[in-house]
Order: sequence, then C-alpha cells, then structure tokens
Amino acid sequence: MSSEEIIVRVRNLRKWFPVRTGLLHGLISREKRYVKAVDGISFDIKKREIYGLAGESGCGKTTTGRVILRLLEPTAGEVHLGKQDVFALTKRELNELRKRAQIIFQDPYESLDPKMNIFDFVAEPLVVHKIGNEEELVANALKTVELTPPEEFFYRFPHELSGGQRQRVAIARAMILNPEFIVADEPVSMLDVSIRSSILKLMFKLRDEMGISYLYITHDLATARQVCDRTAIMYLGKFAEETTTEELLKNPLHPYTKALVAAVPVPDPTARKSKVVISGEIPSPIDLPPGCRFRPRCPYAMEICKREEPSLVEVESNHKVACHLM
Amino acid sequence: MQRIKLKGYEKSIRKFWGQYMESKLGLLGLSILLFFIFISAFAEVLAPFPVGPMQGDRKAILKPPSSKYVLGTDELGRDMLSIIIHGGRVSLTIGSLATLMTALIGTLIGVSAGYFGGRTEELLMRFTDVLLVIPGLPLMIVLASILGATFWNMIFVIGILGWTGTARVLRAQVLSLKEKPFIESARAIGASDARIIGRHILPNVLPLIVAQMVLRVGSSILSASSLSFLGLGDPTHLSWGMTLHYAFSVGALFSNFYWYLLTPGFCITLVVLAFTFVGYALDQIVNPRIRRR
Amino acid sequence: MLDVQNLKTYFTTRGGAVKAVDDVSLQLDKGDALGLAGESGCGKTTTALTIMHLLPSNAEVLSGKILFGDVDLLTIDEERLRKEFRWKRMSMIFQGAMNALNPVFRVGDQIRQAILTHEDIAKASAWERVEELFSLVGINPDRARDYPHEFSGGMKQRAIIAMSLACNPDLVIADEPVTALDVIVQAQILELMRSLREKLGLSMIMITHDLSVIADTCNKAAIMYAGKIVERADIVAIFKHPEHPYTQGLIANFPSISGEKKGFEPISGSPPNLISPPAGCRFHPRCPYAEEICRKEEPEIVEIKRGHFVACHPKK
Repeated sequence: MSSEEIIVRVRNLRKWFPVRTGLLHGLISREKRYVKAVDGISFDIKKREIYGLAGESGCGKTTTGRVILRLLEPTAGEVHLGKQDVFALTKRELNELRKRAQIIFQDPYESLDPKMNIFDFVAEPLVVHKIGNEEELVANALKTVELTPPEEFFYRFPHELSGGQRQRVAIARAMILNPEFIVADEPVSMLDVSIRSSILKLMFKLRDEMGISYLYITHDLATARQVCDRTAIMYLGKFAEETTTEELLKNPLHPYTKALVAAVPVPDPTARKSKVVISGEIPSPIDLPPGCRFRPRCPYAMEICKREEPSLVEVESNHKVACHLM
Repeated sequence: MQRIKLKGYEKSIRKFWGQYMESKLGLLGLSILLFFIFISAFAEVLAPFPVGPMQGDRKAILKPPSSKYVLGTDELGRDMLSIIIHGGRVSLTIGSLATLMTALIGTLIGVSAGYFGGRTEELLMRFTDVLLVIPGLPLMIVLASILGATFWNMIFVIGILGWTGTARVLRAQVLSLKEKPFIESARAIGASDARIIGRHILPNVLPLIVAQMVLRVGSSILSASSLSFLGLGDPTHLSWGMTLHYAFSVGALFSNFYWYLLTPGFCITLVVLAFTFVGYALDQIVNPRIRRR
Repeated sequence: MLDVQNLKTYFTTRGGAVKAVDDVSLQLDKGDALGLAGESGCGKTTTALTIMHLLPSNAEVLSGKILFGDVDLLTIDEERLRKEFRWKRMSMIFQGAMNALNPVFRVGDQIRQAILTHEDIAKASAWERVEELFSLVGINPDRARDYPHEFSGGMKQRAIIAMSLACNPDLVIADEPVTALDVIVQAQILELMRSLREKLGLSMIMITHDLSVIADTCNKAAIMYAGKIVERADIVAIFKHPEHPYTQGLIANFPSISGEKKGFEPISGSPPNLISPPAGCRFHPRCPYAEEICRKEEPEIVEIKRGHFVACHPKK
C-alpha cells in the first residue's frame, strides 16, 4: 500500500503561452494575450501512487506533465520532487534530476528514433549519464518489460516491432535509471484494446517492484478507473474536482465531472445510454470570461459564478471540488 | 553481438536497394553514372591517345571523325575521344568536391537554423534569402574573375554559392523533426543539444542530405561547365566545359566542326541527367512527403 | 436489406497477398444498427470499402456476393453502381473524414457538390437541401457559408454526417465516427446518430474498435479477427453471453466506468500477419482453449443459438 511520503508536490502551477498577434495588432496595442494552458493548480503525489490527471483536449493536462518535468519552462508556481525544488535547479542539477523523473509518451510510433536500434535507444540514458555496464543493464531492462530474450531485440529497429512492443521499449528506456517518478502521457490510447491491459499491467508491476509513482494523463475515464488511485479532473487549465477514482465516478460533485461521467458510454447494452447534459464544446482558452470557467456551459450557474472563480476546497473527506454550489 | 548488429544494418540496406530497383529512371541514371565514373577512373588506360598540349598530331588538325580518330580532333591535333575521357574525370571531380562543400555548409546552416530557432534562425535564413535573390551565375562569374581561374578556386566558388537550396530543405525537415516525441524523449533523459543533433537529428536527415547532394552534383557540373565555357576555367585541367570553350574560340559553331561541339555538350547533358535521375529516385525513397506507400 | 455472403478481398503487395477480408458474411435487416468490432488491421474498414466499391487499385474481390435488396453489387457495372446505389441508397462516413474537408471550399459547397454529383437538380435547390441537412444534424444553416477551419471538431463531424445523408440513403456505414472526438462531443454525436436513425429509419453499420460505443448505439454486433468474423449476434448476447474466446477476452478487458471493476487478464500475443496467418483457426496461438483441431482446421461459422453465430471448434 502507499506510504504517506509525498514524492511530488505541485503548488500554484501556471503555464501561459503568449499568443502571436498579427503585425498590425502588435503595433496598435501593447496588450499581450495568452493561452492560459495551466492556470494555478496544486496537488500532491504520494510514493507508489498512480495519480490520474483527466480531462478533454485543451484542458492543460499534457502541458502540466511537461512543466512538472521542466521540459517546458513554467510561468509561475513551484514543483518539488522529494526535497528538490525543480524550478530552482541549475542546468547541471536539472540533468541529475532526469535520473529521478521520466516520461512515457502517447505515440509508440513517433517516440522511438527510427534510425536507432533498440539497444542504443534503451542504453542512451546510461550513455548520457555516463553509467557503464550497458549490456547488462539494457538486457535487464528489456527482461523487465517482458521483451525476451533481450538479445533478439538488441539490433532490431522500431519499424520491425509492433505498437505494444515499441511502448515496452519506451518503458524500458524510462525505467533503466531507476526513477522514482514517471509521467505517463496517455500511454495506451494508441494501442489496440487487447494490448492495453498488458502494458498497464506492466506499469503496475514497475510500481510494485520498484516503488515508482506515476502521473497518469488520460482523456479516458474508464482506463483511469482501472489504473489510478486518485484522479483530478481538469478544465481549461484548472482543477474542477479531485478525489479517489472510485468516488469520482460514483459520486461526482462538480457539474463538469457529472457531465463527463454521464457522457462516457458503457460496454453494457443493458446499462444506461450515454447522455449529454451540457451543451456546446470546449471554448477557446484565450480571453476567458471572468468568474468560473465552466459557467457558460453549466446548467446550475448562479450570479456568483459570473464574478468569482471558485477555489478548490475539500468538501467531503479527501474530496475536493471547485464550485460555488458547494 | 557485433554479428547481429551488422545483420540489422544489412537488412536496411537490402530493403533500400529493393526500393531503389523499382525506379527505372534511377537504374538508368545509375548505369550511366557508373559508366562515366569507370572511364574517368581508368582514363589513362582507356584513352587511345595522349592529351598533353604538345602531344597533338600536327598533321591532323580539326579533322572530322575517322577510323583513326573516332570522334575527330581538336585544333592541336588531339584525339577528341581521349580528351573527352580525361575531361570526364575533371568535370566529375569538380562537381563532387564542390557539392561536398555545399552539403557541409548547407547542413550546418540548415540544421542550426531549424534546431535553434529564434534569432539564430532569423539571421541565418535572411542571409540565405539574400544569397538566393542574387543571380547565381553572374555572381559566380564575378567571384571567379576576382579570385582567378584555377581548379580549386572553381570548386570554392561553386561551393560557396550553391548551398542555399540544401539549407532551406534541411531547415524545413529539422523543424518538423524537432516536434517529434523522440526528440522530446532525448531531452527528457538529459541529452545535450550536441547529442540530440548528432545522434538523433543528423541520422534522420542524412538520407535527405544524400539525395540533395546527388541532385546538386548535376547542377555543380553545369555551373562548372558554364564558367569554363566563359573562359573562367583552369586551362591546365581540360574539363568538358573548357573543351567547349576552346571549340567556340576556334569558331567551331560557324565552321561546322560539329564533333568538337557535340561531344562535350552531349556528355555534360548526359551526366547531369544521370545525376538528376538518381537524385529523383533517391528522393522518392527518402523524402517523407512524397514517398508513395 | 444487406446480405454479404462469403466475401473475400485480398490486397497485392510487394510481400505477398494480404488476406484482409477472408470469407466474411453479414446480414442487416432494415432499421438495424450493426456494430462491426475488431482491432486495427482486422479487416473491418476493408469490408466497408468493398461494400461501397471504393477499394484501392491493388485490392481485388476474389469471391462472394453483396446483396443489396436483391441486387448483387459485385455483378453490376460501375455506372449503375454510381447512379443507383452509391450515396443514393448507401453512403459512408469515412475514418477521419472530418479532417479531410477541403480547406479552400466552403463547407456548404462541398456538401452541395456531393448532392449535384448524384442528383440532377438545380444549384439553388441543392443549396436549400444543404441548409435542411444542416438543421437536421444540428448546425445553424447560416454556417453553411463558412470554411472548415471555422468549424469546431464536433461541427465538422456533423457536417460529414450531413454529407452522408445528402441523397437520403437507406444505409449509412460509419467508420470510427467518434474516435477522434472529446468525450462530451462524442456523446453529442452518438445521440445525434441515434436520433437520426429513428427519424429517418436508417440502417447503419458502425465500425469501431470501441466496444462501449457499440453497446451504446447498436442492436447487433459482429466481431472480426484477422479478416474473419468470429462471432455474430444481437447486442445483449454478445456482451452478456460471449461465446468466442476472443470476444470473451475483449469484453473482459474492456474497462468501464461503472459496474464491476475489471482486472487485468490480457489476451497474450498480438494480431497475426495477414499475409501468412496461422494455419487452422487464426486465433489459436492466443487462445486459452485451443485444441488439436484448432491448429489444423479453420472453424466454420455456425449458429449455436438462435441468431447467435460463432466460428470456434470447441464451441460447436
């Protein structure tokens, strides 16, 4: 079971992307416009926990994963990995950090270098950090991800492997330095359904055997349920709700979460059909209206929702919601 | 383990060759090139007569093709066939070396602009644009005149001005590569820019560089021939272009010394075409945008 | 309405013949929504393209019948197919079509073009029809003058659906119509498709790898694996009483946000190479119940219960 030790601590994280205005507009007004992709989120990830970050496209979940690892520079906020303040690290210290935190990408067809054989690809972290003993460590890594016998895979190229195998290679590369924390960005959404379980099972195995914590980014609530201990729902750069995944799906409190849960189809023809309880589509993250970001689509919007942004508050045990209704 | 590693590469080579063989144009171009490379390499052995300026047959000046001089003779009594065989070596060498230079410069500029972006890119690309705007041949003529007409100067002049196309193509390719997850993955494990460029970007653009180079050799040979024809070539190295130059200077066009004009012209055209065919075939395999599935 | 019998479509490639669709039979009654499920490469899109007669040049239909009503679509000529059937009686929503809208033409124009290609009416009347279709699929008819980049993802998909309905077909084949859409937009489109089916009495073939979408919208389902149909039944039977080991594996593994939490019982191995598929039953290398006969003989598809067809030796 997960100990209470906190591995990742995020406070008031913001990432704003400047919008390139046209030449004329740039000349006329000094006003800068931003895409506020991540706009003030805070959360903790415990040791051995799989923390889910769920939402639709444009909610900021992918950006969050990148900024936490400082693959993108933050606009504001703090991230602590263990005792280290990620944003205050020097270049050399940041390089050291790379040994402790890694990332797995969504697309197994584009996240492997097509010109590199599997051995070199998995060994690259060792080479970059000048750790020797490559042959043994790479073989062990491939064995851990169940690509056996490892020697058979050493000199193959990505295009000779299936999607599931490629994702295993990506995982081998991510774990070869024994990280404490891995950001998994939709790791199975591009894989066939019958392969997904085995990859997810592998991630669990790494968690159990190596004590790795995960930030699991996904748009698929059903997979989040299978995999994540706790899950946060993001909407337009902010958290709408955060609690254990079971609770989130059984007892959603935020109107957006309720809408999501109602909209997901269930693989059971005798169960309820998917329902649409809110209208419209996700608005542009530039020029957001004041107040709650969800108000334009919310069936329960009140006066206060137009003026004030709700803060994320614990309304039930370990169940946080950002909504004026609470 | 080394054995298995080689087998991995062997498979890739075989696959590439299989794809190349599908292109009839590519095979035709390759055959022509191999033919010319062969005769250039063995020029001394294959040329029936010597081609030194003092070694012509004074009694056979500007003679049309005959059984002894298969392609006729020039104004010094030298056998055209031998001149052409030797000239091939000069033209091909100039073309290749100049292209090597353009490839190096073009890669350096294109990859730097594409990878680093920002002001570096702006600077490099605007510089490239300026050079693109200035007409190539006149600029080469000016440079060649200033520097003097020698073998190495010609290579320099063609090389220093021919890299712009390559730079642009490479920058575009690097821009799209930069966005790919495996590059982000390299950054995520802590790889330095140098490593990313050397280990990830370059191997992935190398096929494009090679295809570009092959296409450029043809154009370099044309440029060299043009410069030589205009009299800016190295007189001690008898290239096809120089041969054309001499042909004109003895009035071959008006006096109907057709063998003197047609042969070098035909060879230049054929070789340039051959390089174009090969480059085209390579481009089909290598260019991700136009690759047929 | 649609009776596909023993269809075989093979592709010729450098490596050999890809047996993409290998003896596939389906039946669709009027008003049915048939879910054609399977993973990538199993042959479901090829089946659809064969029915629509839109195969690429290296594909060949080797045998079989496609009976639409009482006409075998494989025997009539291209001209008749185009005039009478394609888009008029059956149409298709292609995979990723929403991204294939031509960016330099107005959306309304593109749909009008579809109408004018198949029907001999005046341009103005066709435009009226376009506006009608937009209302039908829930887009403001004024938006017909906009360009694709001005449409959101959901709106583009609605436009594509409108295009498929342009000539009032009886059958619509939808290939992964909601895969690229966000959760809520997906629900909107599924609701739209359900209501259109009712309103217009459409029959539908829904091709997808997503079992939850099939459970949500279809009344019948057929599961494909490696170019063959392994199980075919009405929707409740497939989900509640799956007979084929592959179907059982798929359903056991498919995560759900409600009901019992599923464990991880992955199906071992991976889908086979369609140039040289396994001998006998194509699923046998991955099947926990494989017997001797499975390695040698291909199982025939047999009706083991009323309306429930399975191709599996141990189940006969």
